[in-house]
Formats: sequence, structure tokens, C-alpha cells
Amino acid sequence: METLEPILAAHPFLQGLDSRHLKVIAECAAKVNFNAGEFLLKEQEEAGRFYLINAGQVAVEIFRARGGPSTILTVGEGEALGWLWFEKPYHWHFDARAVHLTRALALDVKALMQRCEQDHELGYALMKRYAHMLAVQFRVMILQLVDFYGK
Amino acid sequence: MLNAIADPMLPTPYRVLKVNRETGDTFTLTLKPPKGAPHFAFAPGQFNMLYVFGVGEVPISISGDPDKPETLVHTVRAVGAVSRAICALKKGETLGVRGPFGVPWPVEKAPGWDVLVIAGGLGLAPVRPAVYHLLARRPQYGNLELIYGARTPEDLVFRRELERWRGRFDFRVHVTVDTAKGDWRGNVGVVPNLISRARFDPEHTMALICGPGVMMRFTVQELLNRGVQMENIYVSMERNMKCGLGLCGHCQLGPFFVCKDGPVFPYDRVRDWFLMREV
Repeated sequence: METLEPILAAHPFLQGLDSRHLKVIAECAAKVNFNAGEFLLKEQEEAGRFYLINAGQVAVEIFRARGGPSTILTVGEGEALGWLWFEKPYHWHFDARAVHLTRALALDVKALMQRCEQDHELGYALMKRYAHMLAVQFRVMILQLVDFYGK
Repeated sequence: MLNAIADPMLPTPYRVLKVNRETGDTFTLTLKPPKGAPHFAFAPGQFNMLYVFGVGEVPISISGDPDKPETLVHTVRAVGAVSRAICALKKGETLGVRGPFGVPWPVEKAPGWDVLVIAGGLGLAPVRPAVYHLLARRPQYGNLELIYGARTPEDLVFRRELERWRGRFDFRVHVTVDTAKGDWRGNVGVVPNLISRARFDPEHTMALICGPGVMMRFTVQELLNRGVQMENIYVSMERNMKCGLGLCGHCQLGPFFVCKDGPVFPYDRVRDWFLMREV
């Protein structure tokens, strides 16, 4: 059976993670593909899986009744999709849809949380990466709000 | 060899040959010199003072190809009285031109280096001549990457050209917008965030940056984080230039006159002034 550890180890989000931890994460991971237009996440749906993108591009969208979907961010190769899965009430706040054929590793949130509870070192290592990713996303959002290009 | 300016305060009347609409408020004008006038030689990154007779004069970067000096190309956003008047000009009408002025992009130092060209909004216009120059001499450089951002897909300038550049095997083009409707299939996010996708050797990379101040600030920070040397990062500063010769002082930035000492500066030279809020 194919092991996902090398693929996980190569992903920038998990770079530098202990092999012991990679093995545990691999138990919660599965390879997934999405065709262009397919949804990875839907607003209000249970946050069951989050994704490490290996190839392709995903648009994170917000749907407006009058304007339809607007893309607020794209997530591509080497990035992670699905923030705040560890925050109650454990559902997604946005839609996310593949822009092109997208290959990713899906991580089972419940299984992963359980393992993080059992092994706080793993939990801390993951949270550090999440904190970094959230800090980057926060900065991006702030810069988008600033409206660089305003007259 | 650049034009010798006989009387740098005297505009030369150029005729509008063509007007292209880039976006809702941005136009590219192709200008033809008067009969008998020499070709308009300039270096990438230089600017001209454009004079709409009876309205006023504004500094506008040259956005055309420095290897094609038969015509002069400027891209203008209609934001004030003069720029609105420029954008309203029709084919055959006349525009006064003084220039070229200013310190250009240091493209002559780029051979052997990876080059990152980074632009935001209309900032693509002043770096476009540098891109032409680099592409015309492509084998001389390492990786060549363009990172360009705008507010929405509708605000992208030189869109066809971007698509053409993207089709090249030897030039990587990354385009991002702040927000987009469902039919946009490109990136959404901000320019500094795309730097992580560019391929370059930080120790041998030259970066040319032009765009809004906030964008440049965060872009410079990201490049420094990635190990690019301060002295190899070049920024194009925008100030209220009037004379173009460093005489009037309108464009003063600390000890510099942006029209004469810039608009292109190595970041290490202007860093203190770049970050100072009061100037």
C-alpha cells in the first residue's frame, strides 16, 4: 500500500515535521482530485476535511445573493486550504471551488484533532504552522482591505 | 544615446497617432514626433512632461518600447484635470512633450542576474519599457519573472500583452487581483504574497518595483525576507514633479529631487525616506 508520508513531508505546510508525526498525520490523510468547478468546501457545511494543495488552484468564494460568487482569495500549489477547522462550531465560513484540475491531500479533521489531543507535541507543531498560515492570511486580507490601487 | 534637450522647458508638439482604452479610466496614447524631428530615444523608466495646451502639464512615464523610438507611447489614468484632458485627446490632436527626464531602471546591470519585475496597478506602465528591453535581450539573463497586481480583472492594463507574455517559455508571468467575480481563473490575493511563487536566486536577483507606496513597502519587505539584497532592489518613487530638472523643488524627497535623482532609486539609497511618514 502506498504511503503518503513522502508526499506530506514534501508539502511546505508540513516541512520540517518529525517523521513520527508525519506517520500519524498520514493515517488521517487521503489523496483527492477535484475537476475545475468542483467544490472542496461549502459554506455552513461541517468542516470534515482540510486540504494541502499539491497542484492546481482553488478559489475561495463568498456568495452574494445579488452578485453571485466573488473570489476573495486563491490558494495554490504548496498552500493549505481550510482554516479554522479547530474552531467551534466546526463548519466552513466560505465556499472553495477548484479553478483548474486540483490535486490535494485531504486530512480528516476529527481524526487529526483526536491525535493532537493524544499527542500535544504533534498538536503544538501543527498549531505553529496554522498560526503562521493565519498570520499570512490575515496580512493578505488587511492589504486587500487597504485597497492599494485606490486613486 | 539619449535626446539632447535643447531647451528643456520648451515642449515639442507631438501628434496623437492612436488612443487605446486600457480600462475604464486608463488610456494608452501613441504619439508621433513633428516632421523632421529626431526619433525619441529614451531609457526604460524615464518620464516626460506632457502638456495639454491651455490646461497644464503632468509627468507621465514612458510605457513604450525603447528599441522602437519612432513613436512615443504613454499610458495615462484620468484622475485630474490635465490627465483627463490627455485621455480625451483624439487622433490627430496635439500634445506638448518635454523630456525624457529622470534616472532609468538599471537594466544595463542585469545581464547574468535573475530579474523580478513587480508592478501594481498603473505601475506596470513605467516598468513595461524595462520588460521590452529584457525580453529583447532574453538570453543575457537568468530567470525572468513578472508579478503584477490590480484591484480587479477589469483594472488590468496591457491585458493582451500580459497574455502574450504568459505564452512564452522563458518568461514567467504572475497576475493577481484583489477581488474577482466567478469567471476569473487567475490568482486572487496581493502582490507581496506571490513572491513566494517566483523562482530566483536571492543573491543574484535584481528586483524592479513600481506601484502604490503600500504595495512597494510590503513587497520590499517580502523580498528582504527572501534574502534579496537591499542594493539590488529598485523602486520607482512618485512625487509631484513640475520642472523635471531638479530646479523647482516640488518633488523633493529628503535630500533628493525625484525628477532628477529618480524616479528610480536603489532601495538602500532611499530606505530612510521611503519609510518616513512625514515626507
